[in-house]
Amino acid sequence: MRAFTQHQGIVAPMDRSNVDTDMIIPKQFLKSIKRTGFGPNLFDELRYLDEGKPDQDCSQRPINPDFVLNQDRYKNASVLLARTNFGCGSSREHAPWALDDYGFRVIIAPSFADIFYNNCFKNGLLPIVLEEKVVDQLFREAEEQVGYQLAVDLEARTVTTPSGESFSFDVDDFRRHCLLNGLDDIGVTLEDADLIRSYEESRRKTAPWLFKAI
Amino acid sequence: MAGKTLYDKLWDDHLVKQRDDGSALIYIDRQLLHEVTSPQAFEGLRLASRKPWRIDANIATPDHNVPTTDRERGVEGIVDPVSRIQVETLDKNCDEFGILEFKIKDQRQGIVHVIGPEQGATLPGMSIVCGDSHTSTHGAFGCLAHGIGTSEVEHVLATQCLVQQKMKNMLVRVNGKLGPGVTGKDVVLAIIGKIGTAGGTGYAIEFGGEAIQDLSMEARMTICNMAIEAGARVGMVGVDDTTINYVKDRPFSPTGDQWDAAVDYWRTLHSDDDAVFDKVVELDGSAINPQVSWGTSPEMVAGVDGNVPDPEKEADPIKREGIVRALKYMGLQPNMPITDIKLDRVFIGSCTNSRIEDLREAAAVVKGRKVSPTLKQAMVVPGSGLVKAQAEQEGLDKIFIEAGLEWRDPGCSMCLAMNADKLGQGEHCASTSNRNFEGRQGFGGRTHLVSPAMAAAAAVTGHFIDVRELMH
Repeated sequence: MRAFTQHQGIVAPMDRSNVDTDMIIPKQFLKSIKRTGFGPNLFDELRYLDEGKPDQDCSQRPINPDFVLNQDRYKNASVLLARTNFGCGSSREHAPWALDDYGFRVIIAPSFADIFYNNCFKNGLLPIVLEEKVVDQLFREAEEQVGYQLAVDLEARTVTTPSGESFSFDVDDFRRHCLLNGLDDIGVTLEDADLIRSYEESRRKTAPWLFKAI
Repeated sequence: MAGKTLYDKLWDDHLVKQRDDGSALIYIDRQLLHEVTSPQAFEGLRLASRKPWRIDANIATPDHNVPTTDRERGVEGIVDPVSRIQVETLDKNCDEFGILEFKIKDQRQGIVHVIGPEQGATLPGMSIVCGDSHTSTHGAFGCLAHGIGTSEVEHVLATQCLVQQKMKNMLVRVNGKLGPGVTGKDVVLAIIGKIGTAGGTGYAIEFGGEAIQDLSMEARMTICNMAIEAGARVGMVGVDDTTINYVKDRPFSPTGDQWDAAVDYWRTLHSDDDAVFDKVVELDGSAINPQVSWGTSPEMVAGVDGNVPDPEKEADPIKREGIVRALKYMGLQPNMPITDIKLDRVFIGSCTNSRIEDLREAAAVVKGRKVSPTLKQAMVVPGSGLVKAQAEQEGLDKIFIEAGLEWRDPGCSMCLAMNADKLGQGEHCASTSNRNFEGRQGFGGRTHLVSPAMAAAAAVTGHFIDVRELMH
């Protein structure tokens, strides 16, 4: 996995709550058997005016000029500023794959849905929870200042504004450690293979029906 | 010391290692696989030259992409080539790794969350995962069950474990008796309406109280299925006689001495009387009416006797904006009665409501009636080949067909429209599925979530109506 230590980039403010994973990447694009190539279809139904199809050349499609990512000032954004309960709905990891493929590295919101939040960390994408009033402030600043950027430091757990104001955020130690070092967490788990085997041995004695071959 | 909750017990029984950093390794007894979220996981195993840790802990079936007609042709009958490749990829991966798969022409094929319980592959006390958020369904059996992403599917294949942080405990207690015509679906929609789509985020929810204890396994599965729509990955009900009777004599259920030992253990799978929950929510079951969602989030729900809300009356500006946006998308006016919403299609199916009891409830309403001529389509999609066979044995297929509903083959179908079954732009659908998100059932489609009985009532009238008016 790609490591994440620090990042600075342009902020795109997406001002709606409960953005669901169907909205992030609609179902017709889940038919791919790859992990890449979802970027052109990120937020497909909000970004374009027509119905998207898999394997289509999106450069020729009619775009929705009102959508935040279609505005010139937010082109090349790599930090997504969002509202509460971002990523709710389905467990599709295609959602963080699409955000990553588009070029986002950080998502900041007052809250995230659990499965989406977890999936981000598996893909080198950093979801950051900040207090609602701080998020409100960042929305104001991002809308007021063209080219507004935020600097994120995972080691220090801080988000810093262009004026130098800094906000700290929480992230649990294991996820932070894996992300900072770009660790493959299957490899980390397999270091405990003996423990897993001994759990299985004892469980097999007390609950043998759980190991019945199917 | 306070007693344990059901979730505490399941957590402790699956804990392989508690790490110093607060994370834990949890053992997974069963993984369910389907074609959409598994191909990249199998590919990851191959790229790292890893083998599945315990092949017989896995069971697979294609469900999201499968057509609901013309099934004799098997995979060849899948018209969309991209869908076909995904189903073929699942077949290939299961063959290569030796994983049990109910393929498209197998009568045991169906929606993963229907076939697990049906086969006894879902047993009380198990930890169960699947690359699908509706895995919470299996919590109805007193299981620790939740959806995971594809990276975690690969992790479980490779290690039989997941890295987890323990969630908080929430009890949703539904007191009293449900009225006639009020189902598990109405209960869970009312719960989501009360606590909101993020109300359960970070919690494992246990559903309890008299109204839940009185419910069948099918209805409990419907409720746990939609825990995720309240933000909770895990939804559970404690084990009782209803649970044990359902599990008995299923193909993969234990037998003989092992059955007796299992039942002794399963009897312990409920929260202790003195267990402490981080949060308790109470509802009066007798006050719940049949529910209809009017908006684009499952929390946007009202009783069938209610009205579409007026955004002017909402004080919170973000919520107000959400209501305005939802009403625009749904093409509805503030304050209009729910029963004035006209429908184009009716869909009875999905992992929420496609089991035999759901089909019986719908059939009881349409029996002797006809689908409204104002509808373009009304379809019934059973949850598995075995549910379909059971329904046909009971003559339910004939009741549906005589009333003018289409009787289809099993799969996820119009719940998320990955196959050919979808809504057209602007069409309103009474749907027994679980999500009313924008575009979920088709580009520009408008979904209203309801129970099977309410969907059946809508099918014969062409608009929403309180199903109790049609009951004898």
